[in-house]
Amino acid sequence: MGSNSSSMNNIPNAEQLVQETGFSAAHILRLYERFQFLDKDDTGQLRPEDFGAVRELAMNPIGDRIISAFFSPGQETLDFASFVRVLAHFRPADSNRTRDGAQPEPANSSMGKLKFAFQLYDQDRDGKISRAELLQVLRAMLGMQVTEEQLQSIAERAIQEADFDQDDAISFDEFRKSLEKVNIDHKMSIRFLS
Amino acid sequence: MDLRISKGSGFLLFVVICLSLLHGSRGEIPEIPPKPSSGVTIVPQIKPDGPQAFPDAEKANLPVFTMDYTRIQIPFEITLWVLLASFAKIGFHVYHKITIWVPESCLLISIGLIVGAIMYSVNEEPPAVLTTNVFFLYMLPPIVLDSGYFMPTRPFFENIGTVLWFAVVGTLWNSIGIGMSLFAICQIEAFGVQEINLQENLLFATIISAVDPVAVLSVFEDVSVNEQLYIVVFGECLFNDAVTVVLYNMFNFVAEMPVVEPVDVFLGVARFFVVGLGGMGFGILFGFVAAFTTRFTSKVREIEPLFIFMYSYLAYLVAELFAISSIMAIVTCALTMKYYVEENVSQRSCTTIRHVVKMLGSISETLIFFFLGVVTITTEHEWNWGYILFTLLFAFVWRGLGVLVLTQIINPFRTIPFNLKDQFGLAYGGLRGAISFALVFTLPDNIGRKKLFVTATITIILFTVFLQGISIRPLIEFINVRRTNRNLDTINVEVHCRLMEHTIAGIEDLCGQWSHFYWKDKFMKFNNRILRRILIRDNRAESSIVALYKKLELQNAMEILDTVAGDISAAPSIVSLYEEKKSSAKPKRKFLAADLRNMHDILSKNMYKIRQRTVAYTGKHTLPNDSHTKEILIRRHASIRRSLRPGSFQTTVVPRSHKYLSLPAGQSLDSKFPPKRLSYTDDQETMSEVAYPSSRSRFRQPSRSSSSRAMMPLHRLDTLQEAPSVDTLNESRVGERGRTGRGTPRANSSSSDSRVPAPRRQPHSSADSGSADNFRNGHHEAAGEEEEEERQPSSPTPAWAAEPRDSAAQNPLLRRPQWNPKKM
Repeated sequence: MGSNSSSMNNIPNAEQLVQETGFSAAHILRLYERFQFLDKDDTGQLRPEDFGAVRELAMNPIGDRIISAFFSPGQETLDFASFVRVLAHFRPADSNRTRDGAQPEPANSSMGKLKFAFQLYDQDRDGKISRAELLQVLRAMLGMQVTEEQLQSIAERAIQEADFDQDDAISFDEFRKSLEKVNIDHKMSIRFLS
Repeated sequence: MDLRISKGSGFLLFVVICLSLLHGSRGEIPEIPPKPSSGVTIVPQIKPDGPQAFPDAEKANLPVFTMDYTRIQIPFEITLWVLLASFAKIGFHVYHKITIWVPESCLLISIGLIVGAIMYSVNEEPPAVLTTNVFFLYMLPPIVLDSGYFMPTRPFFENIGTVLWFAVVGTLWNSIGIGMSLFAICQIEAFGVQEINLQENLLFATIISAVDPVAVLSVFEDVSVNEQLYIVVFGECLFNDAVTVVLYNMFNFVAEMPVVEPVDVFLGVARFFVVGLGGMGFGILFGFVAAFTTRFTSKVREIEPLFIFMYSYLAYLVAELFAISSIMAIVTCALTMKYYVEENVSQRSCTTIRHVVKMLGSISETLIFFFLGVVTITTEHEWNWGYILFTLLFAFVWRGLGVLVLTQIINPFRTIPFNLKDQFGLAYGGLRGAISFALVFTLPDNIGRKKLFVTATITIILFTVFLQGISIRPLIEFINVRRTNRNLDTINVEVHCRLMEHTIAGIEDLCGQWSHFYWKDKFMKFNNRILRRILIRDNRAESSIVALYKKLELQNAMEILDTVAGDISAAPSIVSLYEEKKSSAKPKRKFLAADLRNMHDILSKNMYKIRQRTVAYTGKHTLPNDSHTKEILIRRHASIRRSLRPGSFQTTVVPRSHKYLSLPAGQSLDSKFPPKRLSYTDDQETMSEVAYPSSRSRFRQPSRSSSSRAMMPLHRLDTLQEAPSVDTLNESRVGERGRTGRGTPRANSSSSDSRVPAPRRQPHSSADSGSADNFRNGHHEAAGEEEEEERQPSSPTPAWAAEPRDSAAQNPLLRRPQWNPKKM
């Protein structure tokens, strides 16, 4: 659909990406077009400001966290491969994947998705969701109508429910455990257009 | 329990006998139109033994006791029939297990069968309820209105493609398939049905393709099947009624024509679109008119519910007038209307509407199934083994095939595809019911084998309802259809899920994908910009979150009262616990159940809504269940009144918890209720301080898709906390408790006091919705016209929201909230 030359040849490492992420070639193509669209100054790299241009994302309560999830710590720019790798988390899980111990966990498995979600909370990447981090997210997600005390109570309760090792923070395992009844695949998948 | 069973059946028996006696004693065939509109004139009988017109030689005594049955006959019998059916319903619930294993429709049919048998044995005809007019004009609309009004809109619109696909194409597939197969069967001489031609077969096939999910939906709810399946079955049934009726009329027309030409087929298709879209168009039109009307009904609260019913019924009738799909009309009318009307009408009206809609729907349904049973016995049947058995067979086969094929085609377009188990649920859940029944009775008499059709239809209905209805529950559980986890037990799950939903929304935006949310967003923008302005009364703010707070915290308080035997001062409140915790070294806080509920409430109401919230089951047989909290509040009224007497607030702990009880964190009631308010409200309405617009806000919950970024700057609370004057004022006011909320001590802090005595005067009955209504009334009138909580997905960014936070008012207690909803 793009008027500019968007064929697979222009995309660096296209086949490798297909292999790695499980996207089809058509998906990759479309994502590349999107990447180019976002990349307003045509540098081949995205910066956080480019993300911010997406209006709806700017209005998303956790928009800034989503954006920062794309950039590894210290990274200022994002190339297409990393872009796709992060988006690969949201591909619907492959139901027929054989459980092969040697294979690294693919990004779009439940575990991968959970990790992504965990990182949205855990901005300082210490492997735990502290009370403060939880409060930040809660504050962002809840409207104006909730008092500070209510927030504190909710955060308190959340930690109480999940925290088994009593360190007043939620580790990844505790996070995963608290969500065991939830169908992560359904909740964290989108159907990529191609 | 035995006693109750015997009482229930005793009633039943009594009423049945009554009816039979009445019928028998007259020997007339009672015609019972629910409304005596058939031109039956009731002529007052001239009593032979009464006073004569002309003075007579013999003096007749004034009759002390006369009886004139014919005058009241029709309404009387209607009432008795309705009562009988309702008693049957009561009777079922005497023993709980029955309703779990046997769907209510089965039970009703059984009772109907029994009554029919009784009537048959007394040689009585049942009332001609199932004639065309009575059924389609009086009995069907309430049911459809019920379905349409309580349809969970969001999942519905998310799945609308699938729903329409199954409804339209599925019904077509079924009708044509069954019709053709039956026609093929008819060719076989052995069954003796050669004279049924293709058109008649198609007609018959259309009739029996109409799916009625009543039984199935209740099973699905009980088992909590996944929402997708539920909504598709629900939607399919609703729209396939419409499609069936269209096809029926079409085939009916065609059946009377000697020859079918291609032109007719083409016209048929065109007619189909006219009917469907026309129905929707009328529905939307009436919906908007109704919404607009309710904008002006603030002075005539008592008749507000009337508008809903009148307009929907009008939509139905007008559609019938033009012979377009009245079912679609009334459903779309209800859908359109609901959103706006529920914002315009008062809380009480809203509750009334819901209750009445449910009630009417329930009664109609009950009566229909009941009469199904009765009529089964009393009609003349014509049995033909071959035809009927093959009908059953084909109905099953074609439905199964249809579901299979259609799912294959539509699955790629669905976000969450149907797996085989879902498909099984879909196919097996295709019970037939009332619509088929009514349609077959309205077959024109010139169809030769009408009786055969009637018998076949009844057979298939009974078969599917009994066999499939009873067995679907164990089967669903056995094959373990995907469930929806409706019980979010933990705060964690709720928070995390919401986070995930936001993430998904964000990623989708990032990828520039427009899924169907794109259209939804467009529509919501249009809605907010234009529609809401026109249709919604401006000075009604959204259900105030402050009110929600009060409700939550009052509920909390009552829980506390309950647990600590009415001694408030010793009870831990969240606030005090929190304070304590901050200062001390983190004792493990015990969260009362009420706290959890509060949290869930807060979370579910206040978390920014993403565009794709999946939510809100509403039951087929029950009202949306958010009355839990409300009921607690009502029940506790007595206790709170008793315990919150003036004496108990003498300690210093009181101000804090008292503050907590009355308002969120120190906010004065009066900032919402400036003294001026009182002039608007009467005695009743001031009670509203303990008001619970809960049902309103929550009822609206499912249909609201925009984010609830309230413009209520509740952050104001923080500023109030700094005002120590509140506390002292509180204490000083403690003594002045004698007043109700209305009295003059309406200086800011006294509001908290005044709130407390309010419950005392709260009337016992219907207090909840009344007060909620009044609360909102008062609230809104008080806060002026500007108070509208904008529901805009593209509402101001957090920057704006933060701004009032900074501009702390000098004297927030006195400052009237000046919310400017138009500010963007």
